Amino acid sequence: MISFNLLVLVSLLYVAFLFIVAFVAERRAALGKTGWLRSSAIYTLSLSIYCTAWTFYGAVGYAARSGLEFLTIYLGPTLVMIGWWWLVRKLVRIGRAQRLTSIADLISSRFGKSTGLGMMVTVLAIVGITPYIALQLQSVTQSIAVFAASSGEIWAQRDLDGAAMWVAVGLAVFTVVFGTRNLDAHERHDGIVLAIAVEAVVKLFALIAVGVFVVWGVAGGVGATMDLIDASAQSQWAPSPSRWIGLIFVSGAAFLCLPRMFQVLVVENSDERALGTASWAFPTYLMLMSLFVVPIAVVGLDLMPEGSNPDLFVVTLPLSEGREGLAILAFLGGFSSATSMVIVATLALATMVSNHIVAPSWLTSRTTGAAVSGDVRGVVVASRRIAIGVIMALGYIYFRLSGGGTALAAIGLVSFTGIMQVLPAMIGGVFWRGANRWGAGAGIAIGFAIWAWTQFLPSFGVDGVISQAVFDNGPFGINWLRPHALFGIDGIDPLVHVAFWSMLLNSGAVVLVSVLTFPNPLERLQGAQFVNVYDYSSDARVWSQSAAQAEDLLVMTQRILGSAEAQAVFRAEAQMQGKSGFLPDVTPDFIGKLEREMSGSIGAAAAHAMIGQLTEGATVSVDDLMAVADETAQIVEYSNQLEAKSAEQERTARALQEANDKLTALSIQKDAFLSQISHELRTPMTSIRSFSDILRDGEVDGDARRRFAGIIHDETNRLTRLLDDLLDLGVLESGQVQLNIAEGRLADVLDRAVLASGIDETRVSISRRANAEAVTLSTDLERLSQVFINLISNVAKYCDADKPELRIIVRPMEGQLVVDFCDNGTGVPEESQSVIFEKFSRLEDEGKAGGAGLGLAICRQIMTAIGGGIAYLPGQGGAAFRVTIPTA
Amino acid sequence: MGQRVLLIEDEPNIIEAVSYILSRDGWTVHTHSDGETAIEKVMQGVPDLIILDVMLPGRSGYDILRDLRASAETKETPVMMLTARGQAKDRELAIGLGATQFMTKPFSNAEVLESVRALAGS
Repeated sequence: MISFNLLVLVSLLYVAFLFIVAFVAERRAALGKTGWLRSSAIYTLSLSIYCTAWTFYGAVGYAARSGLEFLTIYLGPTLVMIGWWWLVRKLVRIGRAQRLTSIADLISSRFGKSTGLGMMVTVLAIVGITPYIALQLQSVTQSIAVFAASSGEIWAQRDLDGAAMWVAVGLAVFTVVFGTRNLDAHERHDGIVLAIAVEAVVKLFALIAVGVFVVWGVAGGVGATMDLIDASAQSQWAPSPSRWIGLIFVSGAAFLCLPRMFQVLVVENSDERALGTASWAFPTYLMLMSLFVVPIAVVGLDLMPEGSNPDLFVVTLPLSEGREGLAILAFLGGFSSATSMVIVATLALATMVSNHIVAPSWLTSRTTGAAVSGDVRGVVVASRRIAIGVIMALGYIYFRLSGGGTALAAIGLVSFTGIMQVLPAMIGGVFWRGANRWGAGAGIAIGFAIWAWTQFLPSFGVDGVISQAVFDNGPFGINWLRPHALFGIDGIDPLVHVAFWSMLLNSGAVVLVSVLTFPNPLERLQGAQFVNVYDYSSDARVWSQSAAQAEDLLVMTQRILGSAEAQAVFRAEAQMQGKSGFLPDVTPDFIGKLEREMSGSIGAAAAHAMIGQLTEGATVSVDDLMAVADETAQIVEYSNQLEAKSAEQERTARALQEANDKLTALSIQKDAFLSQISHELRTPMTSIRSFSDILRDGEVDGDARRRFAGIIHDETNRLTRLLDDLLDLGVLESGQVQLNIAEGRLADVLDRAVLASGIDETRVSISRRANAEAVTLSTDLERLSQVFINLISNVAKYCDADKPELRIIVRPMEGQLVVDFCDNGTGVPEESQSVIFEKFSRLEDEGKAGGAGLGLAICRQIMTAIGGGIAYLPGQGGAAFRVTIPTA
Repeated sequence: MGQRVLLIEDEPNIIEAVSYILSRDGWTVHTHSDGETAIEKVMQGVPDLIILDVMLPGRSGYDILRDLRASAETKETPVMMLTARGQAKDRELAIGLGATQFMTKPFSNAEVLESVRALAGS
């Protein structure tokens, strides 16, 4: 007897092997070595996730119950791949052109990027696929239970649940690890694809091995098997044409609409040519998968004890014959079928959930406007991971709730018909430009409702969700709404019933509602892009032999490219054709070239429309106009940006001009300043030089010599003072002055200033008020004193009164201390009052006062530095200056 | 009695120095220190030579020179400009306006004497 632990070990090793396979594939893909990873063989094998545990185990059970009917499940996809190959190719082309990520994305994109439709399809898919995932978990646990039983252990339901949970957790981990690693535009997962390709080989090999064993090892050869089949009840099976056709249609439709199929068929497709191989290789794979189904079923029914589950014959037959190794292989085959389906289905659903439910909700919930792309990416990845867990959990919960009672095939068909409701919207969207979102939405909603009412809810069994009374009499006694006899039409096979009514009403709604409502512009555009995908996406758009004249083309091209460039293009072509001049033959190649040249200037759609009009006399279609409008909008946007940029440049230029003006003004000021300094320095130097020349000549008497030496001495002092002032002003103006803050009484500062100014108090009378001056200051007393000295000596120099007087008036004002220096002269003329604080502003007629005109400029700088101010007070009778000192 | 020189200059020390060396050389020196009234002073008795400072209170030496050259009496009178702003453009301006000689402060006494002799002799 086989050890149960061995089975677990083998399973774990197999899973580890799959992890390694996926990991290696991801590494190779990351390094860019995608060669055989994306070959058509791998692509074809990956399509085999169509064959789930339902096909692996369930087909045998199906055959055991209903004879050859199981074949319909294989015939549907076969017909699609062979007969409707062009439809699949169109889907793949659209998927690549539009960068579609899922079936929900296809529907949403086609109908104007509708968020609502995307959500609808996602919800439909989750409801439809969850039972299917549960089915896979069930088949794995059932097959494990078979081994457990054969090793003498009796498994309670609790143990089955535990096993199912561990399988679900393991699959979730695998899917998260390899399904959400990269988030590129194409959503390709090389690791997963290679793993499921490996699993495809394993399950095919396992099923054929069991089949070979059954035919040659058990039944005793082909002839004996045939005899056994002929003798069985299965050979008596007579197909019901309507059910036969219905099943083929349903499986074919599901093949196109199942999220996991769309994932491998369209999203993971990296080369359209792989489809050519798959169109014959995949039907061959299906045929091989179905080859031994009937023999296994018949032999199983013949050999196995009455009441054994035919769904598990693939495992139980080898076990009962004592072939444990083969049984384990068969188990791995079933395990592969189940896991590959769950992984891809979960991944596809999680992509749909994150892209069509989480991301839109998250984006609209953010009021701050455009989100940072990094944020979205984080949200998408996180939501995808969570969705994988949630979907897996949903499958597990459904498995627990359903109790594993229903036959596998029944669950599979429920899923198929559910997801099939997307088909009318999809076909309509891909082939009919008139289809719009209202039609698609209405069709999907009605189809979903019919499916739920007539198949999904009844699948929970009589009295599961819908009571026997409702089955018999309809809801609320409405007879024509009976789940298995809509509109009062009885006696149709339930599957045909749901397929017929849902498809009829669904398609009807798509057509009718689309005709009655209007699409928005984006829908029109997308509709054209989808329906005419070959026109839009192909680079190799070939023009047929055209009626266009080279002259016409040249005229048009000149209008767009400009004469010189257009002629250059034409001349180059003519030379290439070996002709002289610049009018080449109008070949398709040349027209294509022209179109490319022009599309660089006016956009691809406009270029195509214009060339089309000239070369084929084609009228410009609405779609062309739409495409042109779309491009024009982009161009307008672009030119707006340019305009904004040029306005920006204008602003910059103006700012530069202003800066330049300022610099020029500064430069003029600097020249004037240097010129002034030059004058102020050269004047005393002239006297000094002249008198020193005179003294050197020596013919001067004693008095004159003393006098000239005195002049030289004074002028030297004047030079020194000037230089001191200049340096002082430079320091003050640069703002790097070091303040020496100290406490002191204002009266003392004024006393010192009067003394230092050297003013002759017998000539100028100074009046002060001791009370007011008894204030303590905290400031740079030396600098303040310098200001006072300047103001006091100015009185001595400039006051033109007969008996000059100076009044120093001190009073607090608005939190500051104000010291006014007023004399009784004529004061500063009004027009000069505004300039006296400027450098070298010494008024000309006061030139003899001996200063260089820097004194007041220095005073102003000092007062600014210590936080106070100095101003001329007009209207005080004489010259009056107000010094403001901060007291705080 | 030597030739007459009119010195129009506002700096007292420079007036004193130039007067001293010219008088010592035998010239009759008249002085004037205001720009505004300088033309009137000249017209009271046209000198043989005018020494004219540029930076004068009331009126610039350039303006005075322009007037002198516009008047018939003083059109040919030699004028020696003195300036403390020794930039090239000042010289060009002065020569352009018709100055006979241009001298930048500070100057040596020998230079002044030499120039005055040359101008007055011509």
